[in-house]
Amino acid sequence: MSEIIPIGPYHPLQEEPEFFRLHVEGERVIKMDIEIGYNHRGIEKLAESKSWDQVVFLVERICGICSTSHPAASINAMEDLGGIEAPERAQYIRTIVCELERIHSHLLWLGLAGHFIGYNTVWMWVWKYREIICDILDKMTGNRQSYAMFKVGGVRRDILDEDIPWFLKMLDKFKPALDLFKGAVMDDPVIHARTKGVGVLTTEQAKKYCVVGPTARPSGVAIDVRKDDPYFAYEWLDWDMVVLQEGDVFAKVACRILEMYESMKILEQCFKKMKPGIVDLHVKELPPGEGIGRAEAPRGEVYHYVRSDGSNFPVRYKVRAPSYMNIFSNEVAVLGEQVADAALILAAVDPCYCCTERIIAIDHDTNEEKKLSSSDLLRLSHEKTIRVKKELGIS
Amino acid sequence: MTWKEINKKIHDRFDKKIVKWFEHNEHRIYVDIDPADLVEFGRFLFEDLQARFIIASGVDTPRDGIEILYHFDFFQLPYVFSVRVFIEKPKLEVDSLVPYIKGAEWIEREISELLGIQFNNHPDMRHLILPDDWPEGKYPLRRDQ
Amino acid sequence: MGIKLKALTKSPWVYHLSTGSCNNCDIEILDCLTPRYDLERFGIVLVGSPRHADALLVTGNMTMKCIPRAKEVYEQMPKPGVVIAIGTCALGHGVFDGSYVMPKTVDEVIPVDIYIPGCPPKPEGIIAGVAKLLAMLKQKA
Repeated sequence: MSEIIPIGPYHPLQEEPEFFRLHVEGERVIKMDIEIGYNHRGIEKLAESKSWDQVVFLVERICGICSTSHPAASINAMEDLGGIEAPERAQYIRTIVCELERIHSHLLWLGLAGHFIGYNTVWMWVWKYREIICDILDKMTGNRQSYAMFKVGGVRRDILDEDIPWFLKMLDKFKPALDLFKGAVMDDPVIHARTKGVGVLTTEQAKKYCVVGPTARPSGVAIDVRKDDPYFAYEWLDWDMVVLQEGDVFAKVACRILEMYESMKILEQCFKKMKPGIVDLHVKELPPGEGIGRAEAPRGEVYHYVRSDGSNFPVRYKVRAPSYMNIFSNEVAVLGEQVADAALILAAVDPCYCCTERIIAIDHDTNEEKKLSSSDLLRLSHEKTIRVKKELGIS
Repeated sequence: MTWKEINKKIHDRFDKKIVKWFEHNEHRIYVDIDPADLVEFGRFLFEDLQARFIIASGVDTPRDGIEILYHFDFFQLPYVFSVRVFIEKPKLEVDSLVPYIKGAEWIEREISELLGIQFNNHPDMRHLILPDDWPEGKYPLRRDQ
Repeated sequence: MGIKLKALTKSPWVYHLSTGSCNNCDIEILDCLTPRYDLERFGIVLVGSPRHADALLVTGNMTMKCIPRAKEVYEQMPKPGVVIAIGTCALGHGVFDGSYVMPKTVDEVIPVDIYIPGCPPKPEGIIAGVAKLLAMLKQKA
């Protein structure tokens, strides 16, 4: 007898409404249906009615967490279309904003992942130290999110040289916190028990589902746009791509934590290497043709395709966000896993889902709808953590 | 595999079937092919050349037809290889790549609801992002609507 | 209504409803609950079900697919309850005005008590908005 557990579309913890239907047999998940579209805002159509300059602001609002990755891919596409190369200082500034965003996004996810397995302390701590990164961005760009820094041929605002020592001081302050998280997550036996070997996405599956970013790299697929198709200042800097082999939830956590260290490395080099110079080419128009832009968002590759007929508006604007490929891979990652782990596996891809609303279990034999109370999946997950703790002798 | 080898393999096998080979710049290659050869070509890229499917973009053109660009990337290489097919109105049909490339499932559903293209052999053609009660025959990304 | 409204101002539990937002506002709402701003000091708790909530925090554009769900969530909330629209998208459609999947704004679907503008509003802004609302309710009660 199989039952269906719908998750969503609303959940207390942020991000797009999504709807998952888990088909379960006892405790095991045998199939999953994913329904998206609650957040479909028709951005591709809207972009056709905006001028090239306005498009950057529009794509910034595709996702608030990747609010600089989409503009990055967008200007990459437009610069590819027009054959424009931005000045060196602008490239460094762009890289700095992108990497700060990566740290803040990974921290955000780490906190939520802690919450999903019942470690609210992790959530609160991580988000406390995330404020340091937000402060840096606030001072640098004028906003905590949606920075509006990028434009075709440069950046909108320069970084003031007198601010740089303060940025470096704040980053130094952040470093011990990063070590703290690494220790708290990587050495915790309960987290090991909850995440190791859970929700494995093998290398073959990762390739078959064409996943990207921190969903692909922990499965042994070495792709990173920053290395493969370098944009901005990445090719002038020294850093490593984090690739792990296990493909389970733990590898996904570890990959993100290690990536934050790489981001710190990149940031320090950028501040050091940045030379005074112009930051904007004041591009006035774009030629007819096609352009492709890619950027590595915290969640993976963002892909933009633009077509121009030489006018002030794009003829076609196509956006592919990383979660579009990654969420789909959940279909295989949750197979055969326990319902209590499902919440965690779905979260490991960093789409954010979770089960706010209410959960309706449909019993197929009797066709009865059982309406259960809210946050059941979260509760199941928390209960499992307590169980694991008992088994390990930690109270 | 280096780009030279990939380039040679593509030319060896599909030289006659490639209608147009256009390099926008060093790293961005656009190739036009006939819709009838799409599945064979896509399969060759994905299975034999180990390409990664990035996404497909559907574009309604003023030329009385719809273009679909299938974008591929080769792991660790800085190239984006876009395969373009032109589907003439009114018979908006093309074979689906999903039996060979699983990752194309959602985007084909999306193109079919936004542009009204029928993908043959697609396993699941339900609505993806538009509401279920969206009026039939209305396609938001068409130029004539 | 007096006593119920008065009770509402003491420690309002909030439910967060995203109707097709870009997450920016949603993150800032969560930020309000984390150590720097720590709204839980004032008894404001984020709950997992509208049935337990005194206030709905609505963010986003109200896309077509979300309209019936949003109505349902509003009906599940015990009354008297308040609805707080957060962010430019929830106030009008902001940058998304004219999209084919957004026939209505949030306040055309459910009654809104207070609007907090910004893209996204800073946590301080959200807290200020909620404080104003509570002051208003106290006067009414």
